Amino acid sequence: MNNTDDLFTTPADAGALARLHRRLEQAAEEEGLLDVAYRTVDSPVGTLLLAATPRGLVRVAYDVEGHDRVLDTLASRLSPRVLQAPKRLDAAARELEEYFDGRRRSFDLPLDLSLSKGFRLLVQQHLPSIGYAQTRSYRQVAELVGNPKAVRAVGTACATNPLPVVLPCHRVLRADGTPGGYAGGPAAKTTLLNLEAAA
Amino acid sequence: MSIKQPFEKVVEEHGGTVLRVCRVLLASHDADDAWSETFLSAMRAYPELPETANTEAWLVTIAHRKAIDVLRSRRRQPVPVEALTEEPTSLGIPGADDGLWQAVRALPDKQRQAVAYHYAAGLPYAEIAQILGGTTDAARRAAADGIRNLRRNYPGGGPS
Repeated sequence: MNNTDDLFTTPADAGALARLHRRLEQAAEEEGLLDVAYRTVDSPVGTLLLAATPRGLVRVAYDVEGHDRVLDTLASRLSPRVLQAPKRLDAAARELEEYFDGRRRSFDLPLDLSLSKGFRLLVQQHLPSIGYAQTRSYRQVAELVGNPKAVRAVGTACATNPLPVVLPCHRVLRADGTPGGYAGGPAAKTTLLNLEAAA
Repeated sequence: MSIKQPFEKVVEEHGGTVLRVCRVLLASHDADDAWSETFLSAMRAYPELPETANTEAWLVTIAHRKAIDVLRSRRRQPVPVEALTEEPTSLGIPGADDGLWQAVRALPDKQRQAVAYHYAAGLPYAEIAQILGGTTDAARRAAADGIRNLRRNYPGGGPS
């Protein structure tokens, strides 16, 4: 460095910024400012975005949903204090890894369902009652929640599930047994169903 | 409803600039502390930041206050030593040219601040005047004086 131009314009080194970022994650958590922590994990169904509030896991998002768009939505619906802070997602990442390895059949994680309301919330809360490797039709789920006519609304509830994989909307199929729609795309739904059938 | 971007984006976009500013204002270890304090404060206040605000000027303003806090606490608590030792300097960026850093650190506060906010953060003098207090002209003069002093004390240096 031989002149002051460099002094004022050289980008700060990435290592220092990474270290300062980790320090910020920790301080924000300690000060109660980390309203939404997130990280990504690799999986057989692509890169998944995991986000958690202090109450629990609040969002699992597929790549095709656009992770930046999902984070923008969390910032506007929950809080703009959104930080990449992997530590809070340690347990969720571990359980998902076990699930994709075929070593876990249900999730034991604190969940924050504040992104859902009303009938959709009711349906999503019932999804874990469909056991591992089992499937139900949209109509059967409508009956399960005591509203047999609400088949279409069950479809909407599944399509807007904020916690796919963890709340197993992939186990809800069309009456003819074909997979039907899925936030992660039909291929991801089939992958999950095959994974569970094989385990 | 707010349409504010996630705070992570703010750190991503401005973290480097704020660190450069802190390093012009303070020694390297203190610069890290000022950066951390700046972004923690910013995260606390972020939901209330007006949509129309200039985010970088806002962050530099916080960094300015945090750097003053750090300097004040250092001046209040001088570390007693038996004899001055010739240790490697911790001023500025590790590995950077020590002579240049010493010249920067030797500038009067206002000149160093004006130089940091104009040359390291790229803020216009009107914004710098808001941070330092005083007029736009005074801010421009402080930066010009700072650069002139740097050139005098460190020949060959100084943004042209």
